[in-house]
Amino acid sequence: MFDLTGKRALVTGASGGIGSAIAKALAEQGAEVALSGTRTGALEDVAATIDGKTHILPCNLSDLDAVERLVPQAEEALGGLDILINNAGMTRDNIFMRMKDEEWDDVLAINLTAPFHLTRAAIRGMMKRRFGRIISITSVVGVVGNPGQGNYAASKAGLAGMSKSLAYEVASRGITVNTIAPGFIGSAMTDELNDKQREAILQKVPASRLGTSEEIAACAAFLSSAEAAYITGHTLNVNGGMVMI
Amino acid sequence: MSDIEDRVRKIVVEHLNVEADKVTEKASFMDDLGADSLDQVELVMAFEEEFGVEIPDDAAESIQTFGDAVAFLSKATS
Repeated sequence: MFDLTGKRALVTGASGGIGSAIAKALAEQGAEVALSGTRTGALEDVAATIDGKTHILPCNLSDLDAVERLVPQAEEALGGLDILINNAGMTRDNIFMRMKDEEWDDVLAINLTAPFHLTRAAIRGMMKRRFGRIISITSVVGVVGNPGQGNYAASKAGLAGMSKSLAYEVASRGITVNTIAPGFIGSAMTDELNDKQREAILQKVPASRLGTSEEIAACAAFLSSAEAAYITGHTLNVNGGMVMI
Repeated sequence: MSDIEDRVRKIVVEHLNVEADKVTEKASFMDDLGADSLDQVELVMAFEEEFGVEIPDDAAESIQTFGDAVAFLSKATS
């Protein structure tokens, strides 16, 4: 089950914790993976841990010209694109009244506008092949909000709305469009939390632990598979029970 | 011209699953041949591939009938 042999995937933000785990999981299921991110060295490190053919496609997602080129580059390297994982994201937290225009614009550009451009480019080939998987990584914050993250929450809620609308349009063409909304996931960032902060977070999580990148990656592998063909316009909430919706 | 017509008609018949004799010059893809807006996009993509041309969005929007498509592609490939 969940075999991805012969499938070709592009993962953005592939040098990060969740992105690299997704790239590995897809490769383990047999997919050929193109890794995108801003740091070539970090992408090479990830590629070295993957057993299978990979491609490294550096891209700065705040540069729209570069964004427009990324999918064609991936299609050329892979010979087509079956799976697009919009994983790259950033935060620029600030309370709403202090939020700068740039903080808003930068987050929306990377988290929402770049996925729009990548997705629009990717569905063209997918329509022709009558198969495609668009998976965007959102956040529980996009559903319940979070103080200091008005920009981030807006971008993630935007991705969910975008995905559902597109899911309607392309469902009859064998293309599914879904999102995965992680809760608190262990990462370099959460490693830096002190015990008190950690405790405060875990009190909200019935599972009493942080999630792992691998647990998010497994969901991406599942949604990419042929077995998940009837799931579209869905958000998979992976949060240890923190928000049950 | 007739060669282009034949190639365009073949694409329309295959994509929209309609009888070839319904694909007349004035036949509108959406109003007469049952295409939805996504079918229309796919037809344009198929035309681009078949004729090796790029059809910009504003031109694509003006291609509403079989005759429009043939006229555009005749011009674009001449």
